[in-house]
Amino acid sequence: MNAEPLLAAMPSGDVLELRPAGSWIAANVSKLEALSGSVKADVDRSRAVKLDMSGVSELDTLGAWLLEKLSRRSPSTGSPAEIVGVADNYSGLMDEVRHVNRHNPAPVPAPNAALLRLNDLGKATVGAREDIAIFLQMLGALFMALIGVVRRPRSLRLTSLVYQLYRIGWQAIPIIILITFLIGAIIAQQGFFHFRRFGAESYTVDMVGILVLRELGVLIVAIMVAGRSGSAYTAELGSMKMREEIDALSTMGLDPVDVLILPRVMALVIALPILAFIGSIAALYGGGLVAQFYGDMGPAIYLARLHEAISVTHFKVGILKAPFMALVIGIVACSEGLRVKGSAESLGKQTTTSVVKSIFLVIVLDGLFAIFFASIGM
Amino acid sequence: MVDTSQTFAIRVRDLVVGFGRQIVLDHLSLDVRRGEILGLVGASGGGKSVLMRTIIGLIPRRSGEIEVMGEPIGATHDRSTRSLASQWGILFQQGALFSSLTVRQNIQFPLRENLVLSQQLMDEIATAKLEMVGLRPQDGDKYPAELSGGMTKRVALARALALDPPILFLDEPTSGLDPIAAGDFDALIKTLQRTLGLTVFMVTHDLASLTTVCDRVAALADGKIVAIGPMRELLQSEHPWVRAYFHGKRSQMLQPQMR
Repeated sequence: MNAEPLLAAMPSGDVLELRPAGSWIAANVSKLEALSGSVKADVDRSRAVKLDMSGVSELDTLGAWLLEKLSRRSPSTGSPAEIVGVADNYSGLMDEVRHVNRHNPAPVPAPNAALLRLNDLGKATVGAREDIAIFLQMLGALFMALIGVVRRPRSLRLTSLVYQLYRIGWQAIPIIILITFLIGAIIAQQGFFHFRRFGAESYTVDMVGILVLRELGVLIVAIMVAGRSGSAYTAELGSMKMREEIDALSTMGLDPVDVLILPRVMALVIALPILAFIGSIAALYGGGLVAQFYGDMGPAIYLARLHEAISVTHFKVGILKAPFMALVIGIVACSEGLRVKGSAESLGKQTTTSVVKSIFLVIVLDGLFAIFFASIGM
Repeated sequence: MVDTSQTFAIRVRDLVVGFGRQIVLDHLSLDVRRGEILGLVGASGGGKSVLMRTIIGLIPRRSGEIEVMGEPIGATHDRSTRSLASQWGILFQQGALFSSLTVRQNIQFPLRENLVLSQQLMDEIATAKLEMVGLRPQDGDKYPAELSGGMTKRVALARALALDPPILFLDEPTSGLDPIAAGDFDALIKTLQRTLGLTVFMVTHDLASLTTVCDRVAALADGKIVAIGPMRELLQSEHPWVRAYFHGKRSQMLQPQMR
């Protein structure tokens, strides 16, 4: 079937006669491109060109287009070639390719690289303002939805809330315990290792207790939740948006904020403090184990030192931050989900943005809280 | 004896396909001749798409043989079916365009993956295909999300035809199009089939497409092909399901001349 493609160019007087032969099909494309490239100069130089296609045994769109392109020649060199000897079964195809690629749109000039940078910078600046606006809108919408629920408590979607609590709270407990346990253990080990040089090993307990309860417990848990549940929220809402499910909800007279977003954000606000508490305890337990096996400090001494070192204030400082972090994660995750557009790529991009943005905001919020608590003396 | 691989583009023999305990295709046999447009009708959920997907190797079969252009198709989707992939172009029901690529890149994708050719030639071929399916060259820079339903189908057809395959599979090509667009699309398939000498295997519910473009129509019921032939013959068929399909209320209402 597949015969070697050939292209003979024979000048006869003023006329250059082209005789393509063999299989001019896509499978032979590299040979075909080389063949048509080799005669291109001759074709453009001659005054008239005749294309005899009687030798062509197989032809498809690609081959037909290459021959048609040769026969068109460049507009400066004169009239297009005369085509003869087209087999009956390929005449339709040759007629078809005659019409194509006639009106090539002018290629878009490549924009200036510096201007492009400036353009991106401008867009990012305007985009940042838009981000803030969207965040505040979502906060407002949630607040309104909450007022609605307070007025008519029965309008709360309890089933959905409980299900979300189960998913992002209950199911997250094992991994949260594991990670915070390890973090607590590592901090304690570092403390013992370095404080030993000053003979200040017993202060390791102070460090572990204060660090875990005030900062690390809640921060690690919030980052875990942003990565685990925030991304899930964004992907869920995003694919619902893509499949017009959110539009369907709105047309049924339901507010997507009431139905989808409020239960999710509420679940986060309830679950995160609980997870932070569990996480802190696991970290303290991890620290205790290291104290016993690495620092030669028995559980009784560890607990007694812990009792002296920390107070309820430290615990309050940590746990008070959790609901606010949950709110930030929930709002970012849900609003990014609603910004998903039609394509699969946009879903991935928005999910990434959601996680990056919520982790960033959680850390910024933590810093602001640190300043706040320091200034009120907590 | 005549070499059957020259007369038939697709041969299906005793095909059995099932999921779990449910048998969808039950010892089904079907021949598609080279250069014809075959329409496949059947009840919704009756296994039309399953048959198509089995032929192209997306669904594994329990038993039976499938030959495409004289080459046997393996029972599962593997390397051998992949090498046959340049033998067919497939138009999925929803278009299945790659949403992260532009229209032009979508059409160039099969070219880029299967052939070695210059970017310029690839651009020219993509534009040629776009124009052949009735779109403007400017549409090539759009993303699939920006296209209307009819345009999506046309782009998907252009992509299916990118490598000039001898066989074209169409899964409900006119579903979701308005009657004018559907008519245009039918005409387009007929024209392309004639110019490129394609064999077309079309799953459809559109009675108008069946009458206007299909050379033969096959009816699938109870997991078997119960009737096959030109539309005239199918209208005469005595099989109860085929009668119900073509002489039901809707068909009568739409095409009173069929009586």
